Amino acid sequence: MKLRTLTLGLLSASALAFAAHAESITIATVNNGDMVRMQKLTDDFTKANPDIQLNWVTLEENVLRERVTTDIATKGGQYDVMTIGTYEVPIWAKQNWLLPLDKLGDDYDTKDIIPAIAGGLSVDGKLYAAPFYGESSFVMYRKDLMEKAGLKMPDAPTWDFIKQAADKMTDRANGVNGVCLRGKAGWGENMAFLTAMSNSFGARWFDENWKPQFDQPEWKNTLQFYVDLMKADGPEGASSNGFNENLALFQQGKCGMWIDATVAASFVSDPKNSTVADKVGYALAPDNGLGKRGNWLWAWSLAIPAGTQKADAAEKFVSWATSKHYAELVASKEGWANVPPGTRSSLYANPEYQKAAPFAKMTLDSINAADPTHPTVKPVPYVGVQFVAIPEFQGLGTTVGQLFSAALAGQSSVDDALKQAQDAATAAMTEGGYIK
Amino acid sequence: MARAVTTQHKTIATLAAWIVALLIFFPILYTIITSFKSEQEAIQGFNLIPSGTFESYSEVQQQSGYFKFFFNSVLLSVGSTILALIVAIPAAWSMAFSPTRRTKDILMWMLSTKMMPAVAVLFPIYLIFRDSGLLDSRIGLMVMLMLINLPIVVWMLYTYFREIPGEILEAARMDGASLWNEIIYVLTPMAVPGIASTMLLNIILAWNEAFWTIRLTTTNAAPLTAFISSFSSPQGLFWAKLSAASTLAIAPILIMGWFSQKQLVRGLTFGAVK
Repeated sequence: MKLRTLTLGLLSASALAFAAHAESITIATVNNGDMVRMQKLTDDFTKANPDIQLNWVTLEENVLRERVTTDIATKGGQYDVMTIGTYEVPIWAKQNWLLPLDKLGDDYDTKDIIPAIAGGLSVDGKLYAAPFYGESSFVMYRKDLMEKAGLKMPDAPTWDFIKQAADKMTDRANGVNGVCLRGKAGWGENMAFLTAMSNSFGARWFDENWKPQFDQPEWKNTLQFYVDLMKADGPEGASSNGFNENLALFQQGKCGMWIDATVAASFVSDPKNSTVADKVGYALAPDNGLGKRGNWLWAWSLAIPAGTQKADAAEKFVSWATSKHYAELVASKEGWANVPPGTRSSLYANPEYQKAAPFAKMTLDSINAADPTHPTVKPVPYVGVQFVAIPEFQGLGTTVGQLFSAALAGQSSVDDALKQAQDAATAAMTEGGYIK
Repeated sequence: MARAVTTQHKTIATLAAWIVALLIFFPILYTIITSFKSEQEAIQGFNLIPSGTFESYSEVQQQSGYFKFFFNSVLLSVGSTILALIVAIPAAWSMAFSPTRRTKDILMWMLSTKMMPAVAVLFPIYLIFRDSGLLDSRIGLMVMLMLINLPIVVWMLYTYFREIPGEILEAARMDGASLWNEIIYVLTPMAVPGIASTMLLNIILAWNEAFWTIRLTTTNAAPLTAFISSFSSPQGLFWAKLSAASTLAIAPILIMGWFSQKQLVRGLTFGAVK
């Protein structure tokens, strides 16, 4: 009896000692399908690493951005792994706020990461965040409506073709809008689309000396084309439509074309939620023959803040979540179509993935067509396709987004919006010390 | 004739009250209705009749444990209210019964702290919390919520205490009551309706506070406001799930408010017709 009590006591004590030894890491993330799926599959990680416990903090995108910025700027140490995008990584890495990821493991195969994505997450050749899923943007269109209009979508359309197709597909009587595009104000909303679009029109945010360029004809051509196209063929109230609103419209069969994130392909082709799942075709984002397409590049990525005390455990987790093994794990549990897209070349070479995701090739081509280091026709002093990777861009991008959204809503003219954008950008750049 | 006019006025007033009440309550009602829709239905425009699915509730419960957040909300709102009353009752007593030349200025200054946007002090507060090891701690957040609501609590209690005749307190003093006995055994029982309504209002304010409760917590101390915030999605439909999470978050305080409405209204209108 005594021996049994002693054994039980020793076992309990060792269990307690083990629990006390276990390290817990806190991961800040956004709420989207791929992230939620990862949270459900973490047993695989904790089984292999029983000494690491995972705590999740899921927040709304803008709140997350503000929370992690506050924490990292004050070295608060609340998070050990942060979900951030291609906008933050170069800025934060230059501030020494992030740890370089150089211990991801021998079998991690960093070279397998799609070069365009790896480039956006690296500074001076060092990777500062590992991509969890990546995306570009492309055209999603209704094959049936295109056929009815007597047109054939080329793999690489021009803006003129998009306009022509939108005009023909618009059928107000049956609630079909030729084209659905983002109009909701925000640097990551309408400005992501419009900045990428402007690249294909030869426009740029700043010249080599950081002088704002909204007073140049390229921006006038971009914004005028966008406003005219949306007025003629866009949905009602487009100035308040973002990704989710357009997704719902497209799924309900109310859009002939939708130019948005490649990740949307898996939603619009899902027969459970989309009424047009079997009628969707894909094409590269449009261009104007100037050598740049109107597509963007983004990757939600996992990074480790410099203030963490648990860097090794955090890097183990990042390595697991962004590995080839994780892709295989998702495929075995939920099918290849649900594997996080846009990060690894090997996924796109996998015949099973190609079969499960008919949009795979077009997604990869779109990602490869974006170059964050040379995003525009004319030279620029900044990095980023649909954003400018400087700290001032969040505020300035949203201000300009509000002006352009007002132009779309008819509250101001294109010329007024561009003039105000030029003034706001000049003031922000002067205040930031970019121009004297 | 006079009676007819009175009845007509009553009907109009009742109707107006119902319309105003419905307008105020409608966003909450629509949130509840939306929580019983599918994601597709939720985004299809205005519709008051849901399909009645519980899908969103089950997904919300699967995705994050409601009860951990609920427990933190209860602890933070009740704890911060008790702390606020402990500080505010003596403060309001001194301002109501032993005012000085500066009392009015102090009251105004206290209220003026509510006029500043919270984000203006985010960094200083965050640094204080970081250096004191209070980030993501229930105690730290309780103190923060107490401080945020303290001006309102002091003001409300000051207004109620002013309605109590000072002579009663003087009589207690004449009978040899100490200061604490005077506050605890004479003043507090007389001001119960006022204190109760202040308490209820403070619990509601603390329950709904979203700025600091989201920014100063991560996992341990996160209340229901953080729970709601986690259901907004940048890419994917989320309105039904967000509505289900919001309904679950507001349900306890809505039920509490419903049962205590008599007390709340009595306290809020205390002395209003004098």
